Amino acid sequence: MDVMPKWAEVLLVPLISLVLAFLISALVILGIGENPLNALRLMINGALGSAYGWGYTLYYATNFMFTGLAVAVAFHARLFNIGGEGQALLGGLGVALVCLYIPWPHWTIALLGAMGAAAMFGAIWAAIPAWLQAKRGSHIVITTIMFNFIAAALLNYFLVELIKAPGGDPATARFPEATNLPTFYDMFTPLGLSFSRSTPANVTFFIAILACIAVWALIWRTKLGYEIRAFGHSEPAAKYAGISPTKIIMVTMIISGALAGMMAINNVMGEAERLNLNAAEGAGFIGIAVALMGRSHPIGVFMAALLFGFLYQGGAELAFSTSIPSQLIIVIQALVILFTGALDNMVRMPLERIFLTLRRPPKPKTKLEAAE
Amino acid sequence: MTLKHTFMGAAAALALTATGVLADPAVVFDLGGKFDKSFNEAAFNGAERWKEETGGSYREVEMQSEAQREQALRRLAESGSNPIVMTGFAFGNVLSEVAPDYPETTFAIIDAVVEEPNVRSVVFKEHEGSFLVGMMAAMASESGTVGFIGGMDIPLIRKFACGYAQGVLAVNPDATVIANMAGTTPAAWADPVKGSELTQAQISQGADVVYAAAGATGVGVLQTAADQDILSIGVDSNQNYLHPGEVLTSMLKRVDNAVYDVFAAGDAVETGVNVMGLENEGVGYALDEFNADLVTAEMQAAVDAASAAIIAGETEVHDYMSDESCPALSF
Repeated sequence: MDVMPKWAEVLLVPLISLVLAFLISALVILGIGENPLNALRLMINGALGSAYGWGYTLYYATNFMFTGLAVAVAFHARLFNIGGEGQALLGGLGVALVCLYIPWPHWTIALLGAMGAAAMFGAIWAAIPAWLQAKRGSHIVITTIMFNFIAAALLNYFLVELIKAPGGDPATARFPEATNLPTFYDMFTPLGLSFSRSTPANVTFFIAILACIAVWALIWRTKLGYEIRAFGHSEPAAKYAGISPTKIIMVTMIISGALAGMMAINNVMGEAERLNLNAAEGAGFIGIAVALMGRSHPIGVFMAALLFGFLYQGGAELAFSTSIPSQLIIVIQALVILFTGALDNMVRMPLERIFLTLRRPPKPKTKLEAAE
Repeated sequence: MTLKHTFMGAAAALALTATGVLADPAVVFDLGGKFDKSFNEAAFNGAERWKEETGGSYREVEMQSEAQREQALRRLAESGSNPIVMTGFAFGNVLSEVAPDYPETTFAIIDAVVEEPNVRSVVFKEHEGSFLVGMMAAMASESGTVGFIGGMDIPLIRKFACGYAQGVLAVNPDATVIANMAGTTPAAWADPVKGSELTQAQISQGADVVYAAAGATGVGVLQTAADQDILSIGVDSNQNYLHPGEVLTSMLKRVDNAVYDVFAAGDAVETGVNVMGLENEGVGYALDEFNADLVTAEMQAAVDAASAAIIAGETEVHDYMSDESCPALSF
């Protein structure tokens, strides 16, 4: 089975896919009359070249880690949770309600409360499609997609009719000062690292890392994780072993929804410090790409989230300082998704062949294997 | 005398060079992009008009995400752009934080009020313009039922709908106004198919004039109305030309003028709240060769009289956003 060494599987395949995606992007950039090397330099400088750039890259990456983990957990049970977007929106609603209506004495306690609320709202939003899948057999892909729209409509109702701040903008009032999370600027300035005051990266980044570790422990070090994986590999086998499909579907989706919902502590509580209509801005969908690219492994998700954070921030810098239209950044992102997700085998199969040739002792038997 | 002239010429030349070094203005387009056939595009057209007339240059940034708003404003301010115009109420919150950090830079925000000394807030009286086109709709309608199709269900669009309904009822108190919104996500601004469906639904309920305030979704509304031989009303830009003889009029919201004015004034731009209403041609209705046959002399006289009355303060059009309610329409 293991044709390639582990390092090639985990690093080489995504890396080659990435290089291919960048090469085609370079052709597109050439096509519109810009210098691709210059563009790449701008992206790298803009996203990683300064504390300012890192402050944005890590902020986006934090969002993608949560939604990527959410998709990854569900995927271990072969459940395709496309509803990360809606779950993150609802998580935002939870955060807003908790931050606005409970007088928190200090941000640490507020953070715990907001995490709880975000996770709970996200989990509830994922639990309904999960229940429909487990009990009624309604396909989870369809129901979670539809729940994204219901979430948007619900949020719209709340923000236009119920918790809107006075004034034209359909958004809540600003959260009180005590709930504002410390940003990298607040945290690292005493340590001598100068992060720009205006960058949105905040303490949530570390919570996202903790979440990565927690997901790893859950999937590979607990009985529940084993059951989730067993169910994912074969439902009849899992049933035969006494694992309840209903329980696994419900629990997995609740964990998945909770993770997606917790994204809201980064973008709603950490960055905007209020809830607006467009809070999740597609991070729920990027999470799918992140999980695919990260092979549903927390370390992979972490790396892929960093990559997409880089693409987001680097892309923004590109639009700021060149005439490359901002739509092109979406093209680059799409190519990365295409190569790392959908066209994975295109890179994997030739690589496997190369590794087979390298490993194979020079015997006549090889012809047969090559024919495979 | 000659010497004096030379000096004056030199001074003038100096003054010219001085203006030459002055920073370029900048415009930031909201999510949706600058070619949205509507709001952002109107701002873009204003900037382009300024560029053509003066030969100057300007910087532009299109938003990709919410978190970039602050980033974009700070980057532009730090790189010396002045004045900086941004389109859309969504910048309001961010601008109130950014503006105090750059007291030398003048900012202009469209569709929101930010009370900072270096901010010009441009708001439009969309309810007044909508009132006028509502009157025209009621006069053109034979069935006594007219429709409104909004984009995303947000207070700003309700303001359009509310003004429109008041205009309709002012002409015909027995008229029925059907109001629908295309959706609750930003996708509602770019869904012509949904606009078309809603138009069909309103036609089946008896509507024979529909007003679209829905960005690109409105393109579908106008198309279906033209296909079904009922009248439609465009929004923001003059959309009469899209279907000559089928579009009754367009409610003009001169975002282009707002941007042009700021660019033309440069850093001498006046700050404070700038209300664009009927009196300063910030809003209005469109009359051109494409709808000349549809607008009767009687209609035009009535609307112009109403316009004058609104400007004089004799007629008051209720603004939905002033108290989040509408006397003429329930949502």
